[in-house]
Amino acid sequence: MRRLTAVVGCVTLVLAGAACNRGTGEPVVGLITKTDTNPFFVTMKHGAQQAADQQGLDLLTFAGKVDGDNEAQVQAIENLISFGAEGFLITPNDSKAIVPSLDRAHKAGMLVIALDTPVDPPDAADATFATDNYQAGKLIGEWAKAKFAKGGKTAKIAMLDLNPNQVSVDVKRDQGFLEGFGIPNGDPNRIGDENDPRISGHDVTDGNEEGGRTAMENLLQKDPSINLVYTINEPAAAGAYQALKAAGKDKDVTIVSIDGGCPGVDNVTNGVIGATSMQFPIKMAQLGVEAIATYAKDGTKPQNTAGKDFVDTGVQLITDDPQAGVEAKDSAWGKQNCWG
Amino acid sequence: MTATDFDVRRHDSLGLRVQHTLHGNPVLGPLAVLILAIIAFSIVNTRFFAAANLSLVLLQVTVIATIALGQTLIILTAGIDLSAGAIAVFSSVLMAQFCVKAGMPGVLALLLGFACGTAMGAINGMLVTRIKLPPFIVTLGTLTIFFSLNSVVSNSETVRGSDMPGLMTWTGDAIAIGGFQLSYGSIIMLLLFGFFYYTLARTAWGKHVYATGDDVEAARLAGIRTGRVLFSVYTVAGLLYAIGGWILIGRLASASPNVGTEYNLDSITAVVLGGTSLFGGRGGVIGTLIGALIVGVFRNGLQLAGVAVVWQGFAVGLLVLIAVSLDQWIRKVKG
Repeated sequence: MRRLTAVVGCVTLVLAGAACNRGTGEPVVGLITKTDTNPFFVTMKHGAQQAADQQGLDLLTFAGKVDGDNEAQVQAIENLISFGAEGFLITPNDSKAIVPSLDRAHKAGMLVIALDTPVDPPDAADATFATDNYQAGKLIGEWAKAKFAKGGKTAKIAMLDLNPNQVSVDVKRDQGFLEGFGIPNGDPNRIGDENDPRISGHDVTDGNEEGGRTAMENLLQKDPSINLVYTINEPAAAGAYQALKAAGKDKDVTIVSIDGGCPGVDNVTNGVIGATSMQFPIKMAQLGVEAIATYAKDGTKPQNTAGKDFVDTGVQLITDDPQAGVEAKDSAWGKQNCWG
Repeated sequence: MTATDFDVRRHDSLGLRVQHTLHGNPVLGPLAVLILAIIAFSIVNTRFFAAANLSLVLLQVTVIATIALGQTLIILTAGIDLSAGAIAVFSSVLMAQFCVKAGMPGVLALLLGFACGTAMGAINGMLVTRIKLPPFIVTLGTLTIFFSLNSVVSNSETVRGSDMPGLMTWTGDAIAIGGFQLSYGSIIMLLLFGFFYYTLARTAWGKHVYATGDDVEAARLAGIRTGRVLFSVYTVAGLLYAIGGWILIGRLASASPNVGTEYNLDSITAVVLGGTSLFGGRGGVIGTLIGALIVGVFRNGLQLAGVAVVWQGFAVGLLVLIAVSLDQWIRKVKG
């Protein structure tokens, strides 16, 4: 509450045109997430707070009202500039529209780190700390391929994607899965242009339970012989499972997913999800805050992971049904390392 | 209508006669669209016209139809409720939290959830009738408030159905009639539509709702206590949204604060497609059920036909524009 009062008071002062001395003396670092409601971002906030406390930084957090709310993020950057922050971490709601604000932050001498979602162009940020989404998709694809090869079954695949906008996270996970499973990608930047009889169909889920259920229901109508379901994330997987259960197919169909949220890991334990690729939002935020702390001390900027255009914060396959040749941890390990 | 009017009408053009027929029976237009769509999709894909698929469409529209039922009552009074979906989702989250945080038995959590939804509707009704704010503005404000309280109360966490008493997810269970899967949620929804069809057509309250929506000043002069009618409509709608929230828990086998962000507009879409006039006083609940089914049939049918998702939204949007244009044309009816 005190922090809030301080921020509100400070904003009032800035608006009044007065110089703003926040009084703590600690360097300021910002975290701007897509929304306040997604557990992924809530977790990220905890991670950033821990790192900021350790590094002796004062963390200010901001969020968009809804996914896609660019304006709130622009305002957040304006506030951080006026607070004289050393730098900030941002999960952009609009990868392109945020760029002019990032440029202004650079001019003010700040270090800008994109978190989880890259900005467009990527070099508008000093660094990107993210999950390798292609790799995350590839791991569940490889796992599914090995499982189906062992069972000697021909896969009939439902692809439950995010939304119609061909967002990079969506595209990379989708295409990574296909490569892992051994289905040739058409254009690697487009979802749905493959022409492989093993794919029964694509539908979108908005990444939530309701969308997952409806999409699965519709695809089952199109092809009742579906036996493998790729899902963009674990809420969509949970919805898809409800549709499969209602159709009496939950025992015969394998669901794979991506996220590593605690409810998703529980679903691996319960056999709802066959395998999931775990992301590490806490690590993302911690590494990001540490990078800003380093920059504040001596001006060193973070280096990308070798061979990639971002800093890879890692991904881990979680399954209780391990397959030969695919490195994985079980759901007990997942439970200890999950987020949300 | 006098005998002379009738004679004149017999010589009217086909267009005028269609206009008059639709004016008298607002359900006919949407019904024709629904039937034509079903025929068209059945021809395109043989899988469409199967009991299992048709029951699926009904299942998919159940939550939105229940919410749209409340929305219909409000739109009949020439109002609008932008907070409909927010109340439904918030009610579902509250019910879940009553169960897991407060450890209440299912019946109590359910009734309290209904009470909360009703109270939220009553708040809308109070602001509309007492402070005399336009419904659009009132519900725009409460929409934001309910969504944010929803995040606060839920802590953005989804409660799983297995952690709640069975009553909460009961609406998702179904009885099979041949290949037709009828969920208890759908049965509740259909019973509610039947009840409100009767109430609107046969009770004084129903007639007062129509009269208030048609011309609030005339209704007031005729001795109808329009303030009370409006308040009751918003309150009842709140209860209906909460019931929609309960059905939603059954459908998802969980209570998630992050679903339903589009229910507000989807419910208005169903009402408009169902032939209820946004200007009040004309239309009815059966049209809304048909309107919701039209959206469901289009989404499902276009998916089966292999049409890309972006074009599904396009089709539904186009239908809305046609429906509103049709409503304007019918309103210009003479005689």
